[in-house]
Amino acid sequence: MTVTSEVARPAAPATDGRNGRIRPRSSPWITTGKYVALFALVLFFLMPVYALVVTALKSPAEVSVTKMWDLPHTFSTASFQVVWPAIRTGLVNSVILAIPASVISAMLGAANGFVLSKWRFPGADFVFPLILFGMFIPYQSILIPLTRTMTSLGMVGGLDGLILTHVIYGLPITTLIFRSYFAGISDELIEASQVDGAGMLRTFFFVALPIAPPAFAVSIIWQFTSAWNDFLFGILLTSTNYNPVTVALNNIAGAQNVPFERAMASALLACLPTLLVYILLGRFFMRGLMAGALKG
Amino acid sequence: MRRVRKWGPALLLILPSLIALGVFVYGFLGWNIRVSFTSWQGFQPKYDNVGTKNYQDLMNNERFQLDVKHILIFTLVFVGGSLVLGFFMALLLDKGVRGEGFFRAVFLFPMAISFIATAIIWRWLLDNGEGSQTAGLNKLFSMIGLGFLRSDWHKGDSIWAISAIALPAGWALSGYIMSLFLAGLRGVPEELREAARVDGAREHKVYWHVVRPMMLPVLMSAVVILAHISLKTFDLFFAIDPKSPKIDTPALYMWFTTFDGYFYARGATIATLLLFGVALVIVPYIWYSVRSERRK
Repeated sequence: MTVTSEVARPAAPATDGRNGRIRPRSSPWITTGKYVALFALVLFFLMPVYALVVTALKSPAEVSVTKMWDLPHTFSTASFQVVWPAIRTGLVNSVILAIPASVISAMLGAANGFVLSKWRFPGADFVFPLILFGMFIPYQSILIPLTRTMTSLGMVGGLDGLILTHVIYGLPITTLIFRSYFAGISDELIEASQVDGAGMLRTFFFVALPIAPPAFAVSIIWQFTSAWNDFLFGILLTSTNYNPVTVALNNIAGAQNVPFERAMASALLACLPTLLVYILLGRFFMRGLMAGALKG
Repeated sequence: MRRVRKWGPALLLILPSLIALGVFVYGFLGWNIRVSFTSWQGFQPKYDNVGTKNYQDLMNNERFQLDVKHILIFTLVFVGGSLVLGFFMALLLDKGVRGEGFFRAVFLFPMAISFIATAIIWRWLLDNGEGSQTAGLNKLFSMIGLGFLRSDWHKGDSIWAISAIALPAGWALSGYIMSLFLAGLRGVPEELREAARVDGAREHKVYWHVVRPMMLPVLMSAVVILAHISLKTFDLFFAIDPKSPKIDTPALYMWFTTFDGYFYARGATIATLLLFGVALVIVPYIWYSVRSERRK
């Protein structure tokens, strides 16, 4: 369970196999077949994106569901202009929500991960699996107590309750990411600082934290993406003005007779931020994924 | 006293998270189970004790029986399909192809998109219009001469209609499964493969006798991850065809009966059953992961 393995490395530039080691050559037929299959799969994965982008950018007059695969003859941002006022509040709310939710969760996760890997108190090995379980529970099974509690705390309707919820349910994964990361650093580093007379807190703040930025990147990106993409907590805990973008998107595009091009334009706007994160910081995103499977 | 000096700060650092998770995970799970034994209906909480009445009622509830069938069918198709597709993609990429980074990025990007956005796009692709109203995938099929593949998707009459949702769900998650398998395949020491080759094994035999047995732990992870996602997924169904009885599942029933119908006790009962369903796959998995880590 470490986060630092081969796969976790960047989308490695294509090398031919295993770096010049002996490997049997496959016949040209197999190679051709492989690329044909790969490109067919690329078409499958990008087909919805084609429909999404092309529809959102056609002029509304040209859009028709029966012609959704036709190449565009017009270009227009009209659909975006129509949905923008409705989706904008959702986007703003999601930013306000996802940033503290991911940062706070990562900071607490760093402390937990450090203690559980380098300062194991008696019973730490018993506590860790209990923490992990929290990331797999079906959230349906805490929804009723969650609304009751948030209501009595006066944290329903706005974003504060939702942020708190994301921070807490994000703790298992951030703890896991940091625990794996700190497990990978040598004990000597910790011991050296103890020899120098530093206690646990000093070691954490001045030895462990300064070398932890990669783990912060992984946890923050993971948490940002999950908070951004969450729907269940958002619809439960916020009122209309404070709906996160997923709820706003569903309100706009999930209605029965919404125009096709508006649905696509608002969907595109709603996924743009996490897609950008994925494109720019894909390697950290990958590591989060691997951690999420309890795999390194 | 020395113990306090040694472990005190560490416990202090981790305590806020432990309390938060203790309350929000275990406290809430217990609370929810408690509610499942009451007759709470309506806005006012009611903590009486009706024993297992809610569970018995649910077993005889036609909607719930149908939902269980739905989720089993969906899980079967979704888990099976994503495993096959993910493994196939990993095999294609395993021995290195040109542009591997590109292919991986394309196969994995749907993971960065929310289920709501995925559902909003796919509800147009899974349109079941006929004749001149043909749209979405059916239209694409007829355009490339595969019109016989036309389907009513999740709006069909068969109980298997829900398996159509495995298409968007698999689109979203099979790239993740590919990453898990690819990590597993590349974790097989090259020496082992070479040894088999030196002994004269053909490449497919190397896969069958050397690589396959080592893929079992990865397969287990993939099944557990997919199965637990399948059981608890709510938003994908919710947004793809709102309130359609054909794609109703226990997770959706829990939501609607609790927050639309105020049948809190029944909602809590469904949620408890979901929890046990998920725990059945997750607890052994966590136990196994933690144990294999300790062995290292």
